[in-house]
Amino acid sequence: MARPFTPKIVTANALLEGDVIYLSAQNTWVRDLSDAALFDQQDEAEARLAFAAKDGMIVGAYLVDAVQGENGPEPVHFREDFRRTGPSNHNHGKQAEL
Amino acid sequence: MYSYNDFDEAFVRERVAQFTGQVERRIDGSLTEEEFRPLRLMNGLYLQLHAYMLRVAIPYGTLNPDQMDQLAMLAEKYDKGYGHFTTRQNIQYNWPKLPDVPAMLEALADVGMHAIQTSGNTIRNVTADHFAGAAADEEFDPRPVAELIRQWSTDHPEFQFLPRKFKVAVTGAPNDRAVVRAHDIGLVLKEQNGVKGAEVIVGGGLGRTPMVGKTLNDFVPFADLLPYIEATVSVWNLLGRRDNKYKARIKITVHEHGIEDIRARVDARFAQIKPTFGGIDMEMLAQIEQHFMPPLFIDKPVDAYERAYENDPVFRAWADTNLAAHKNDAYAIVTISLKKPGATPGDASADQMRSMAQLARDYAHDELRISHEQNVILPHVHKSNLPALHAILKSNDLATANAGLVSDIIACPGMDYCALATARSIPVAQGIASRFDELKLEHEIGQLKIKISGCINACGHHHVGHIGILGLDRAGVENYQITLGGDGTETTVIGDRTGPGFAYDEIIPAIERLIYAYLEVRLDSDETFLETYRRLGMGPFKTALYPPKEDKANAA
Repeated sequence: MARPFTPKIVTANALLEGDVIYLSAQNTWVRDLSDAALFDQQDEAEARLAFAAKDGMIVGAYLVDAVQGENGPEPVHFREDFRRTGPSNHNHGKQAEL
Repeated sequence: MYSYNDFDEAFVRERVAQFTGQVERRIDGSLTEEEFRPLRLMNGLYLQLHAYMLRVAIPYGTLNPDQMDQLAMLAEKYDKGYGHFTTRQNIQYNWPKLPDVPAMLEALADVGMHAIQTSGNTIRNVTADHFAGAAADEEFDPRPVAELIRQWSTDHPEFQFLPRKFKVAVTGAPNDRAVVRAHDIGLVLKEQNGVKGAEVIVGGGLGRTPMVGKTLNDFVPFADLLPYIEATVSVWNLLGRRDNKYKARIKITVHEHGIEDIRARVDARFAQIKPTFGGIDMEMLAQIEQHFMPPLFIDKPVDAYERAYENDPVFRAWADTNLAAHKNDAYAIVTISLKKPGATPGDASADQMRSMAQLARDYAHDELRISHEQNVILPHVHKSNLPALHAILKSNDLATANAGLVSDIIACPGMDYCALATARSIPVAQGIASRFDELKLEHEIGQLKIKISGCINACGHHHVGHIGILGLDRAGVENYQITLGGDGTETTVIGDRTGPGFAYDEIIPAIERLIYAYLEVRLDSDETFLETYRRLGMGPFKTALYPPKEDKANAA
């Protein structure tokens, strides 16, 4: 039996800065996870990923599980939680910038 | 120290120019990411979790002060004011931006450095004993051989598309500080009947399938060494499995074919290629050796050192842990700890790098080393200069007296930076070091090597830690497995797993229980953790780690 589909966001790294980016509902790249679009249909998520992956100014786009929180999408896995925040040993990355 | 000749200089500049063009073409869209990725990896540029990472080779861990200053400049100008020294004697910059990387490589070339072959399926940065050329126990300096291998392996046309990465380590001392038995090829230099040569060890490695290297040849004279190494890599290049990257390393090839079969193939290949070398390798080695002459040692009394040692307990504590025996009695080898409790193992700020560079100029014959244990070494310091040097280290937050102790922890970057990691390692190291600093037990515990990796690839060498910690992702939660009894020296042993892993908030208390158990069962304060483990085995440690249920209830 197929598993039920979990909502997804599209994420990647920016080509020039290398930092974490997310696809927004307007098909633009945003740097804050709470501004990302959350797709709850598999077809749509895959179509948006295919569209996003053609962008030459980003690297390594993929779909990742997320849930709707009070302020937009929230990560499910701790890896994505670190990606949206930054390292835990220095106040660098998104936690310092956003 | 080796300095680039015209050929090295031209080669490195050409590679910078090529990569500059490749970056331009990637940005203007003429190269896709798929096309660009192998090109950037050939130049040490990774894309990690939060940013790009540039890995710069420090061949056999040796640096001069100008190079260290340049590393500081890069940290300040293109990164966030620090660099991270790794277990492979590299430095990693965690925050460069793609358009800046060509300028970083150009600045490295200005001081005879590069990032070539710090990634990809090639022969990687050659590592060596960080006490090379200085240690009292050394037979001879491994760095000329290491430099010869660096030159030979750099852009070697046959070895640019190996089945997997290939790591070589060299030592010239019987006490192995370079973990040579956990490398694809490990060399132990020695002399036999007046002839210089090396024991060639093959097929060691950590990672998913940890294995201790086996002796391929007990003694290969220098005249045959480079063709013999080439024959070994060449045999593996054809035989190594390309169908499964987890079975591609030479350790698996040796395991599957057996050491005798590999030896016979290497001998046959050696016979074929040896005549083609024509002695050029020995000419090169003789030239390289000229670069590694010992410094002009100063001859003066050491009273200042003895006075400070008697009168200053802080200096004495530091001297007792962070100095090692030099081949010249009036000298010492200084380990500058990058492991202040609570700090990130291996990180140094630009200011710290500059101050270490200046110390090397003022007191250490212009030499610095990076150890695979993520510390900085000043290999040649006259003892009379140690009190002044220690005072400057103190004022730069670099005088932590913990070399070889519980807080001198190796940790890979883990999931705080690395795209491959399955869990964090840095905060575990920080937590353990801070905890034992609070307990003020460190000197009581004595020699203990804790090594932490944030994934199965084992960059943190956890298998050879007296206590090894491996961070994994267990059903979406960080989980830490413990191994005991590992040893990375000439008596290399892979540690034994204790049992089920521990959650992130359980791992530091678990390590604390282990160490209290050791303090309780050791014969006396001279018996190290490793010796106690070897005497008693897993029993008392397992009981400490996994107390019976009723004890748990009582404790709660």
